[in-house]
Amino acid sequence: MNFSDLIMPFIVGGILFYGIIKKVDIYSAFIEGAMDGAKSAFKVFPYILAVIFAINLFIHSGAEEFIVSLLRPVTDILGFPPELLSLAVIKPLSGGGSLGVFQSILDSYGADSFIGRSASVLMGSSETIFYTTAVYFGAVGITNTRHTVKVGLMAHGASIFAALVVGRIMFM
Amino acid sequence: MSQYYVEACYLLIMNCGVDFLRTLWIGLIFMGILFSFANGRPQVLTEVLLFDLQKAVDLIISLVPVMAFWTGMMRIVEKSGILNKLSEFLKPAVRFLFKEVQNDTNAVNAIVITIAANMLGIGNSATAFGIKAMQEMQRSNNDKKTANNAMCMFLIINVSSIQLIPLSIIKLRADSGAAVPGDIMLPTIAATTFSTIVAVMLAKYYERKM
Repeated sequence: MNFSDLIMPFIVGGILFYGIIKKVDIYSAFIEGAMDGAKSAFKVFPYILAVIFAINLFIHSGAEEFIVSLLRPVTDILGFPPELLSLAVIKPLSGGGSLGVFQSILDSYGADSFIGRSASVLMGSSETIFYTTAVYFGAVGITNTRHTVKVGLMAHGASIFAALVVGRIMFM
Repeated sequence: MSQYYVEACYLLIMNCGVDFLRTLWIGLIFMGILFSFANGRPQVLTEVLLFDLQKAVDLIISLVPVMAFWTGMMRIVEKSGILNKLSEFLKPAVRFLFKEVQNDTNAVNAIVITIAANMLGIGNSATAFGIKAMQEMQRSNNDKKTANNAMCMFLIINVSSIQLIPLSIIKLRADSGAAVPGDIMLPTIAATTFSTIVAVMLAKYYERKM
């Protein structure tokens, strides 16, 4: 059991209870909303498909490794740990992929090492930018996302920086 | 031939100013094709078609029931007005971040509940609320193909990660034999707060530029 398992019954129970007090026809309202929800979930399909195709092709072709090797000399100068580079590159692209890289970092460096801790903080403080953007905008049919992904990636950079700083502090 | 190449590059760069997601999508695919050949494995694309695209179906299948359930719940929330007081309380923050929809109660409710679900780490449900919030914001959006400032801000806050308890990370750390698996919690909150503040500031900057 964890925290979200504990809080869920209160959320659902609370919503239903308050609905009854306010004399809402909760059953009809639920069915009505669920119908809309099911429809819009299917609308997301082509957008998810587009993202999954591009990202898997990019990762499996070895292009991702090339980007990492390209960034390596720059990050070496900045004193950025090379072990974290792969995780930093893959995290905005793929949730599953980044979990794999994270696990291998824990296996080879240990969870309590500087690398292990920085990786943990980085995992917890960043998101899969492309997937989330594609799903949210896809559901409403928006194809022009303007500055969203650009700013998302810059914020990812801020997460990497912050993860290194707090990792360093914890290790002292 | 080279003329087409130059034109393609030009179009790609012009696109970049308009929509980075589009440029990136094309870029990822072209780089993938290029490197599958460079690494002597042109079959990668076929393998992706055969094995990986299946994941899109799995994702949708797992999204449909959760999405339907929570939009059903959200309809009750709308009709009973249980969130209206909270949304009223958060009004100043909403006015600053989501100006376009500040007077749209349903949109504000959905935004508030998405952010709350993300903070609590109820992953899949947060996606359902998020989609709901996007639909409410889309209602008052003038150009249905282009995101407005409130939508961009909403997405940017979501992808900068605002989770307070990174459960899956803590579990993996415990499995790997960390002395205190949860000791990364406060540092993670610090890092995530920092990156979210940076994200909001950058989003504000780009809002004004466009």
